[in-house]
Amino acid sequence: MFSKGTKRKFSDGGEEISDESLLGARVASSYSLQRQSLLDMSLIKLQLCHMLVEPNLCRSVLIANTVRQIQEEMTHDGSWHMVTEAFCSAGQSPSERLVATEVLCRSREQDAEPKLFSVISYEGCREEEVVADETLCSVSVSDTVSNVCLAGRMGQCWEKSELSGVERDEEALEDSRLGSGEDEEIDTEDGASTESPKTIGQVFGTFEIKNGSPGPDSALEELFSDVDTSYYDLDTMLTGMQSAPKMGPYDLLDSLAPSHSSPSIVSTPNCRSDLNELDHIMEIIVGS
Amino acid sequence: MGEDSESPKINHSFLRDYVTEADVISTVEFNQTGDLLATGDKGGRVVIFQRETESKDESEELGESGEYNVYSTFQSHEPDFDYLKSLEIEEKINKIRWLPQQNAAHFLLSTNDKTIKLWKVSERDKRPEGYNLKDEEGRIKDISTVTSLRVPVLKPTDLMVEVRPRRIFANGHTYHVNSISVNSDGETYLSADDLRINMWHLDITDRSFNIVDIKPANMEDLTEVITAAEFHPQHCHLFVYSSSKGTLRLCDMRESALCDKHSKIFEEPEDPGNRSFFSEIISSVSDVKFSHSGRYLLTRDYLTVKVWDLNMEKGPVETYQVHEYLRSKLCSLYENDCIFDKFECVWNSTDSVIMTGAYNSFFRMFDRETGRGVTLESWRESSKPRAVLRTRRIYTGGRRRRGDVGVDSLDFTKKILHMAWHPAENIIAIAATNNLYIFQDRVNAENLKT
Repeated sequence: MFSKGTKRKFSDGGEEISDESLLGARVASSYSLQRQSLLDMSLIKLQLCHMLVEPNLCRSVLIANTVRQIQEEMTHDGSWHMVTEAFCSAGQSPSERLVATEVLCRSREQDAEPKLFSVISYEGCREEEVVADETLCSVSVSDTVSNVCLAGRMGQCWEKSELSGVERDEEALEDSRLGSGEDEEIDTEDGASTESPKTIGQVFGTFEIKNGSPGPDSALEELFSDVDTSYYDLDTMLTGMQSAPKMGPYDLLDSLAPSHSSPSIVSTPNCRSDLNELDHIMEIIVGS
Repeated sequence: MGEDSESPKINHSFLRDYVTEADVISTVEFNQTGDLLATGDKGGRVVIFQRETESKDESEELGESGEYNVYSTFQSHEPDFDYLKSLEIEEKINKIRWLPQQNAAHFLLSTNDKTIKLWKVSERDKRPEGYNLKDEEGRIKDISTVTSLRVPVLKPTDLMVEVRPRRIFANGHTYHVNSISVNSDGETYLSADDLRINMWHLDITDRSFNIVDIKPANMEDLTEVITAAEFHPQHCHLFVYSSSKGTLRLCDMRESALCDKHSKIFEEPEDPGNRSFFSEIISSVSDVKFSHSGRYLLTRDYLTVKVWDLNMEKGPVETYQVHEYLRSKLCSLYENDCIFDKFECVWNSTDSVIMTGAYNSFFRMFDRETGRGVTLESWRESSKPRAVLRTRRIYTGGRRRRGDVGVDSLDFTKKILHMAWHPAENIIAIAATNNLYIFQDRVNAENLKT
């Protein structure tokens, strides 16, 4: 259950080591370690979807409920407080994700590290193999760094803030921040991370028929107004693409791994599939 | 109980040592007489087996019965693609249900994630011969050669089984269909997906009636899904559905058109001593079955099978531990996703025995009268045709006997998820990956107690 070869600091930050036996403290911290590991595992599971086949809704709901349960318990414990503080102190939305992640990474000193999120998800379903190969927690730092560089080179439409979420320690984080400079060249979507939620929403919006710009698309919207898009909402929700920042299991997903949502369902390169989707839709309209 | 069964084995996979994903059996179902057994697989195929009628010449022991041989094979569902979502629709057959027989033909419903189909299975063993205007090959005859008229006669030919799709019930479901159930009225059936249950008329394909809808207005509030549903065997207005939170809801369609409000809800209060992060997941009901009598419900959750009395909502009347030794392994099972496996459960013909599957090719049978359970194995290497099935044991402590299997050596890839029990006799069909095992009980009825 626990990974091999990762540093683990004995958590004595928020816990009282009083006259109680050391065993008690160890049990408590091992419980919180287990809980954290379970939380990480659950979040990874929520992100990993088959590329071509719809994810199993029952499984997703059960995992999401588990995440929610852990979150509630952590809130009661007070360990969730730190996470929310991180959000509050994030301040401006521009680099909200970046900062939040960074703070989260730092605050993890006393808890288990979010080692699970070092997997860059633009590989789509192949991620699953990576995670399954090793124990869930043992993707190495070097892989992360190389993945980040690869992302920069590929110059995709992803927002850089997405990639920032996958860092495991500050070193890798710095690399990505350097990388974010490269990303400013990408103009296809709104490059600024200020609009990252909306942009990612647009990128993801290929599945949301209603998410079109006014004009020619309004006719589209009308036509598809009775299409049940709720499942797309679920996709959005489960993969952490909420625009409203509120604390929930999906926001945790959002903050810790904001990039992983889109690629697990949309294949790369995303821009091209956007056009394909639109073509499909136009064919349907014209055909009828 | 199971110790004296003999086991003719049927393996319809041609490549014995190589399991193709498409050959994995995903559903098994006997028809109402038990003469036909249908299996569906991941590749969208349906294979129907027929029981051979006993030869009257051979001397018969008591309980001697025929074997099942392949009767017909057909492709029920093809892989499909949802263009709006850019996602594949799997052709895997999730469920097969037979309709009660009304004439010489047999009808069955098969469903994948989205579409339900009604198939007609009919035999043709005669063909007309002696047409006046056509010759034997079907070519039109020259009129001038016809000198006299004759009446065509039916001559026997080799048996031909024809399977034709009669109805296609499409576009009824946004989410994945997990259950279908034929109503006792013989005219309607229900289909359930994760969030909705629809009722269809067997003759009408362009319309269905939504009877349960648990989809929240805001999908972010979704915490519970429907996992299985079934009509009552006698009362055509009653049906039950189970949820991922471990509740069962009995609904009466006479109460209102939309049965979101249940008539009865069956829920067992949680045991605070056993609470863990996995409590909810393991309480999720994977299968629900009415007893033949219609008085009881059988449910399967991850670690137990439970019998509920329809008259008592506050808890099950019987609980049987299927593999309690897995309780300490829940975290690993969560990690490898085994905790989400959906096992089926079945009643025997007299509602006195219940059966369900487990891991390592094991399946369990519980005698409701004695409360005892046995573990049996369906695995090619350890059972030969007509061999007597031996009971197995899992070693969890105490004295270890030879042949006991340790918990850590269980093979979690060999899971018995799908099974069926003959409606009248002690014959069971067990699906183990791509193999189908049929076990028959040859013991005298009086000797069932062991």
